[in-house]
Amino acid sequence: MRLLLTLAARDLRQALQSAGLWLPVAFLLLVASLYPFAVGPDAALLRRTGGGMLWIAALLASLLPVDRLVAPDRDAGVLDQIALRGIGEEMVVLARLAAHWAGFGPALMIATLPAAALLKLDGGTIGLLELGLLIGTPALAALGLLVATLTAGLRSSGALSGLLALPLAVPLLIFGAGTLGDGSGAALKFLGAASLLLVAITPIAGGAAIRAGRE
Amino acid sequence: MSRVGLRLSGVACVRGGRLLFRGVDLAMEPGGSALLKGPNGIGKSSLMRICAGLLPAAAGTVERHGRVALADERLALDMEQPLRAALAFWARLDRAAPEALDRAMAAMALEPLADVPVRMLSTGQRRRAALARVIAGGAPVWLLDEPGNGLDDAALGLLGEAVAGHIGRGGIVIAASHQPLPLVTPVVLAMADYLAAAEDGV
Repeated sequence: MRLLLTLAARDLRQALQSAGLWLPVAFLLLVASLYPFAVGPDAALLRRTGGGMLWIAALLASLLPVDRLVAPDRDAGVLDQIALRGIGEEMVVLARLAAHWAGFGPALMIATLPAAALLKLDGGTIGLLELGLLIGTPALAALGLLVATLTAGLRSSGALSGLLALPLAVPLLIFGAGTLGDGSGAALKFLGAASLLLVAITPIAGGAAIRAGRE
Repeated sequence: MSRVGLRLSGVACVRGGRLLFRGVDLAMEPGGSALLKGPNGIGKSSLMRICAGLLPAAAGTVERHGRVALADERLALDMEQPLRAALAFWARLDRAAPEALDRAMAAMALEPLADVPVRMLSTGQRRRAALARVIAGGAPVWLLDEPGNGLDDAALGLLGEAVAGHIGRGGIVIAASHQPLPLVTPVVLAMADYLAAAEDGV
């Protein structure tokens, strides 16, 4: 546990220093402020479509820091030095997942408040949006990290990351945006299931990817 | 240090579909040292990584007893951090006491640089920082890949003292180096021999 905290604290510090925190937040606010210009100031239309738009923005924002999540540490030899100390790659990815979520999840949820105001969302929708993001952002963090471990050794990994992530992100988007118009709570449960699955497989698959990519 | 040793038998290495070397045998006991020699690209660094367990051997077996510390050309320190804080992260992972880190930094004459961000350090200072991490970690087996690169005469002297001290305490040092290191009757592995064997055998 102490080991996990040591690794996660370092990862979080690195993320904050590399401005990885502000980029997704700025992106989300940018999308929210541009969207009314594109579709017009019709409040009813904004209210009906704004929540889904914010889910798309959150998903894309989570992909922005992907190229800085794993590749720099791999190239600098940090991952090798950790492996020399007998620490499993799964532990490395788990610590990084925790740090990555702590770095961008809560910030994204806070940024959603002014963004929701720009899109004229009502209180109930904002509540559902925040609840959905609370459940969904760990999955977004896991997805970004998983893609980062898979593409760490490749050139032009940025474009490939998007292609790899999108199929896996579709369920999150469907259930996440689905919570907004669904009274039964079923979409929220599916979102939770998809989120648990991604969070559970990422340390295992990501650890294997780091091992396989070592040369 | 309990049972410590490193034993390679019949180790071969294939990189990018090409057989680099094969048939490397090496048995290291406490207090032993080995020097890898050979021109660039012959596989010295690959052999180091095989010894460290970071690269699987294409053939043969590698037995390691005791922790391994590696200093290669990649620094693996956080560039924005002050030097001491960056080294302290690794000391925590090594479960080394802060005093051990202080002693290691003193051994490499790094105390005046403790508060300088890593990115401001020169080539030789970075190399000394990597060596300080190896010293502080307290691992019995040291793998040093070109440890003297970029070091001035004074720093080479410090490196020599550190290596001699480690061997004197029953540690093991395997180095690939062009600079003279004070290794007491090291096992010299001329990598070219294993390359020739590879060519004969094919």
